[in-house]
Amino acid sequence: METRTLISHAQLRRGRGRVIYWAVLTVVVLGFTLVFLGPLYWMVTGAFKSGLEIAQTPPTLWPKDPQTQNYVDAWNNLALAKLMFNTFYYAAGAVFFQLVFDTAAAYALSKLRPMFGNLILGLMLATLMIPAMVLIVPQYVTAIDLPFVHVSLLDSPWAIWLPLVANAFNIFLLKRFFDSIPEDLISAAMVDGASPLRILWSIILPMSRPILGVVSIFAVTYVWKDFLWPKLVMPSPETRTLSVGIYAFAGGTPQNIVVAASVIAAIPTVVIFLIFQRNIMSGLTTGSLKG
Amino acid sequence: MAIIAPDSLNKIKGTNAAPEKTRGKRSRRLQDNLTGYAFLAGAVFCFALFSWFPMIRGIVMSFQRTRRGVTTWVGWDNYIRIVHDPSFWTAWKNTFYFTVLALIVGYAVPFFVAILLNEFRHAKGYLRVLVYLPVMLPPASALFLFKYYAYDPSEAGLFNAVLKFLHLPTSEWMQSPGMTIPAMVIASTWMNMGGAVLIYLAALQNIPGELYEAAELDGAGIWRRITNVTIPQTRLILALLAMLQIVATMQLFIEPLILANGAGTQDSATSVAYLIYQHGFFQNDLNGAAALGVIMLIVLAAFSAVYVRLTTKKD
Repeated sequence: METRTLISHAQLRRGRGRVIYWAVLTVVVLGFTLVFLGPLYWMVTGAFKSGLEIAQTPPTLWPKDPQTQNYVDAWNNLALAKLMFNTFYYAAGAVFFQLVFDTAAAYALSKLRPMFGNLILGLMLATLMIPAMVLIVPQYVTAIDLPFVHVSLLDSPWAIWLPLVANAFNIFLLKRFFDSIPEDLISAAMVDGASPLRILWSIILPMSRPILGVVSIFAVTYVWKDFLWPKLVMPSPETRTLSVGIYAFAGGTPQNIVVAASVIAAIPTVVIFLIFQRNIMSGLTTGSLKG
Repeated sequence: MAIIAPDSLNKIKGTNAAPEKTRGKRSRRLQDNLTGYAFLAGAVFCFALFSWFPMIRGIVMSFQRTRRGVTTWVGWDNYIRIVHDPSFWTAWKNTFYFTVLALIVGYAVPFFVAILLNEFRHAKGYLRVLVYLPVMLPPASALFLFKYYAYDPSEAGLFNAVLKFLHLPTSEWMQSPGMTIPAMVIASTWMNMGGAVLIYLAALQNIPGELYEAAELDGAGIWRRITNVTIPQTRLILALLAMLQIVATMQLFIEPLILANGAGTQDSATSVAYLIYQHGFFQNDLNGAAALGVIMLIVLAAFSAVYVRLTTKKD
């Protein structure tokens, strides 16, 4: 039995209700396809058009003479292979360090509970209220000249990895998941003489695969989408990310090539989404809802 | 249904309550604490370096001035200079305009989309994927699409072609100062509404069906059921997302940067965040940028305080 929503199912199943239901559904499906897939279609096919064809009125629905060369040029002229490798490398590191440090911290806060643990958690959660733009300048000043050691992180992947570990949302998500793991399991393991690290590795982590998956996917998409911070801390052409690299080239590159590069840059996140859509959507809602 | 369940914070309390009597137990407890801190160390280090310390440093920097490597205290000078920037008030005006417009469009639309999707028994998964798809695109990619193909001011642009097809007047989009902000709102809503739709959908699924049943028996029509059941039942999440959205849209940055090359026609796109970026990284004025950051923090904090006050009063 389905749950009752705004309009009762019985009403939608017969007579006039049924007709209206199917009419509205058809309109919405067509409308949404047009609104959300339409621009993407336009983007992919538009980048196949020649410069002449793209300036033509009215625009053509399908490229008359598809120029695969646009995509090839984008790949070569903007050195997309290098940019994609950089972005992937930063994303992989971000996943690794978030998983190591954030799960360790969440485990400590949830199960080991050292003194002042809740104060530390509170201070971490408080950072959720600080808008990113407010911190951008002092964060940058910190990254170019680390306190005490006076080392600059510019062009170093650490400049992307370390700030991402300071992710209160992850710690909150992981801690809440760990809280739901029964205490009995852990005390039983402790009686058997398991060390805290052993308990984390052999009991907690295997039980937490879904949430670890969610955290990893979010880390990858975050790095892939991020723009301003990598733009500031990765100033050299060799260390840029995809988004920053495309932006840097946009000024002196034909529009079609820029859009072709944008299409290529978007493929990995779209593929990740299509594969992991269930995990992403459930992670999004369980993270924010339900108490 | 609270975003941050307060009970999960309280659970930690009471662990240190019972005072240990014997020496052995005390050293055991100390060792447990040390183990706990060892596990926390990595994350705490990163928070300290990139969140807690910069927060304080931003405030300190806003009262200093660094010239040729020499830092001096300058009192309110940075604030005075930033307020006298010719774009200061325009930036706030644009940012507020964007925020309000994005709230009207980008806040109501996802809610009604979610209500609609929740009624469907078919194609639900497909529609959900569609709405969330733009969220997964890198913003820079999506904005180049808008900039070059959708907002092309000639009739070769996607939007103008559609408008012309419908016999509506075409627009110059980013080239006309009056359309700059609405055009940015359209692009931003398209890119970001998926997250809100999914969160609302989850909230709608938690509404007990009996409430609709009862309302219908009392003769409430669809609209009355929305205003008397749906909205009150999702009020908490509605209030929370409104606040999150306002804080996010007030930081408007990448849309003006890419769509309008920063300032836009006649300063029509300059945002506060863009001004921070300009001062900090182009005018060699990191201290002024820090001061503007502090002003932004105060405005957002004041807004949040008033907002929380207003929304919790009704309880």
